[in-house]
Amino acid sequence: MTAPRLELRGISKRYPGVIANDSISLSVMPGEIRAILGENGAGKSTLTKMIYGAVTPDSGSVLIDGQPVTIRNPGVARSLGIGMVYQHFSLFESISVVENIALALDGPFDLRALGAEVSALSARYGLPVEPRQLVHNLSVGERQRVEIIRCLLQKPKLLILDEPTSVLDPKAVEHLFEVLRVLAREGVSILYISHKMAEIHALCDTATILRGGRLVDNVAVADVTTSDLARMMVGASIPVISRIPSICSPKPHLEVIGLSQTSADPYGTTLSNISLSVSGGEILGIAGVSGNGQQELLSLLSGEVLTDSQFIWIDQQPVGDMSVATRRQRGLTFVPEERLGRGAVPSMSLAQNTLLTDQTDGGVEFGLIKRSIIKGKAQHIIDAFDVRCFGVDALAQTLSGGNLQKFIVGRELGAGPKSADRCPAYMGCRCGRCGLYPSKACGSEPGGRRCPGDIRRTG
Amino acid sequence: MIKVHLERRLVPSTIMVIGAPVLALAATIGLGTILFLGLGIDPLATLYQFFWAPLTTPNGLSEWLLKASPLILIALGLSVGFRANVWNIGAEGMFIMGAIAAGLLAIHFGEGAPVWLLPAMVAAGALGGMAWAAIPAFLRIWANASEILVSLMLNYVAQLFLAFLVNGPLRDPDGFNYPQSPLYDPSAMFSPLFDEMRLNSSIFITIGAVAVTWIFLERSFLGFQMTVGGIAPVAARYAGFSQARAIWTGLLAGGAAAGIAGMMEVSGPLGQLTPVISPGYGYVAIIVAFIGRLNAFGIVVGGLLLSLLYMGGESVQIALNIPSAITRTFQGMLLFFLLAADVLIHYRIRLGRT
Repeated sequence: MTAPRLELRGISKRYPGVIANDSISLSVMPGEIRAILGENGAGKSTLTKMIYGAVTPDSGSVLIDGQPVTIRNPGVARSLGIGMVYQHFSLFESISVVENIALALDGPFDLRALGAEVSALSARYGLPVEPRQLVHNLSVGERQRVEIIRCLLQKPKLLILDEPTSVLDPKAVEHLFEVLRVLAREGVSILYISHKMAEIHALCDTATILRGGRLVDNVAVADVTTSDLARMMVGASIPVISRIPSICSPKPHLEVIGLSQTSADPYGTTLSNISLSVSGGEILGIAGVSGNGQQELLSLLSGEVLTDSQFIWIDQQPVGDMSVATRRQRGLTFVPEERLGRGAVPSMSLAQNTLLTDQTDGGVEFGLIKRSIIKGKAQHIIDAFDVRCFGVDALAQTLSGGNLQKFIVGRELGAGPKSADRCPAYMGCRCGRCGLYPSKACGSEPGGRRCPGDIRRTG
Repeated sequence: MIKVHLERRLVPSTIMVIGAPVLALAATIGLGTILFLGLGIDPLATLYQFFWAPLTTPNGLSEWLLKASPLILIALGLSVGFRANVWNIGAEGMFIMGAIAAGLLAIHFGEGAPVWLLPAMVAAGALGGMAWAAIPAFLRIWANASEILVSLMLNYVAQLFLAFLVNGPLRDPDGFNYPQSPLYDPSAMFSPLFDEMRLNSSIFITIGAVAVTWIFLERSFLGFQMTVGGIAPVAARYAGFSQARAIWTGLLAGGAAAGIAGMMEVSGPLGQLTPVISPGYGYVAIIVAFIGRLNAFGIVVGGLLLSLLYMGGESVQIALNIPSAITRTFQGMLLFFLLAADVLIHYRIRLGRT
């Protein structure tokens, strides 16, 4: 019997206050495609970083082809035949594909020979990429191909892909799967990090499920159903979300009329002629592969970027050139995708973070902060939205991503008693798990008071 | 092999906020002892001269506070801007312009001035510094010009402007052609607190400013907005906090504080405008602000420390005939360790085997 390509035995990693990985064991055979499945914060990234040498485990052992190894850094990982495709690409925008690839190689290189090699690989695996193209002209799918080719050049025996489909459209996903199946047939082992059940069923042979840093189970994908996987991942049956059809207001609360805007960022997306309208009681989703202008649109809606007044209307008033603060007074609230650093200040307490967008109800008097009042507000949000934390003085950076998200949503919905009816439009961005707060948020909808409009982006 | 890791703390250590400076002091004394021994200098005598001798006489204490006062006042003003990442390097120029604005009043009224002259001079000093600070603020907002470069270069302009004034329009007619203004009338000066000592009542302005700055930075909403703008600019933008207001507030606060400090220096120990009125207070105050971690009470400690270093450096040169380069090396060591030890507030050291 052949030894597994990769075997982990009792791998653990702790960070202050949290056990990221608690004695994880798994093995991957040559040619096997194994999913690593888990929610945000389940420990998937830490585990892959340890396999790739970007993080050192506290305890446990790693075996490659039956030999114990110490993967001190990514260079060692590469020399052992491990390749990694990150979720966020690490390419330089202003230089060409082949130059980007050359930068990742150790030692001297010949650009022309490398270009030929890239073309050969791209033809062989059906990964069309023009080596001399500048990266900023490439679509996200093409960029991912560059990342994959960069790994394939090292002739990996084990390829790790971290959420590779989050930026791809469905056709590109199908194509990526084809490539991965070819690689697997050639004997490459693949670790596929994801939380999307359908993809795992379509692609993977086996799955390792993590929850809260612990190993739940190693299963063969053919033996389990999608809902089994989901239950193992979340730890409970996923609540069925039901939506009571809401009564829409006669007039729209938020309107975008023929919005066109050139992005200030040279690599940003230019918006052209976008129109939409959201009435009270309505939930509007904005779909699209990320990078197609959602960020730009949301910044324009929130007021972080200003535009012509006539493009954006709140309650029949033009607001396109009005500041964030003014729009907030008109009742627009916004839950950004980036929790730390945008939705909350990492090194400040939850109580202080309430002040970012809410200075009402005596929180600020005569220019001075009333600490007892902001603490009370924070406590109210913590209770109402079941935010797990050490209390109102906990720093935002000490909360898990999901809990901080709940806190921000609570703040934006105005958990305070008086403010519940002052928000005609609420924008949430990539809400992810729907079981928790949206049910709460939507609960008060029929009364027509809270968060009637929701622009949600589906990544 | 044993490997040393720095591991980020979940929350900043409160013990280390106090402990880090103590460690830094211990490291400086340790390394300083080695340095002095290597040079054949008695380390105990040197350390005594550095840290203790200046404070053993009443006059020494008076001089210590007299030097610390402008450093603390300027650093308080600068910290308001630094909190919001508004990098005002121009306190030296604002110090000079504040002194000039107040000096114009003092010279205009001459002898037998009204009782409100001194308060008016404080206001003039603040306005002079603020006017100078308004230039980098305006250029930053209007043309996105770096306030670091603009405020820094305006220091030289202010210095030359002062030299022009005391060589020309403001030169004392009875001054034997020396480049200096007439001596101020006592009504334009702060009165000494004790006989035969230079420490004067202007120190109460600094004490008041400590309280005001603390309230502003730690308790006011505007101070909160500026702090958010400094540590999380994207969040400040998301929250709709105005960046222009942060720039104006930061620079004007620095200008007002430095301007008053300049006025205090001339209406205190100097008594007249001369071509050079600051021994670099505007620059040293930047270090004071950071040693004090941009906290009002921390700045008091930082100002007292740097004032002591000034005096200790002179004291060892005079008493032990040690070259000034050695004393500066020693001062540099202390500052280096102080800033380096700060890392322990946010990180812990862990030893592990590879």
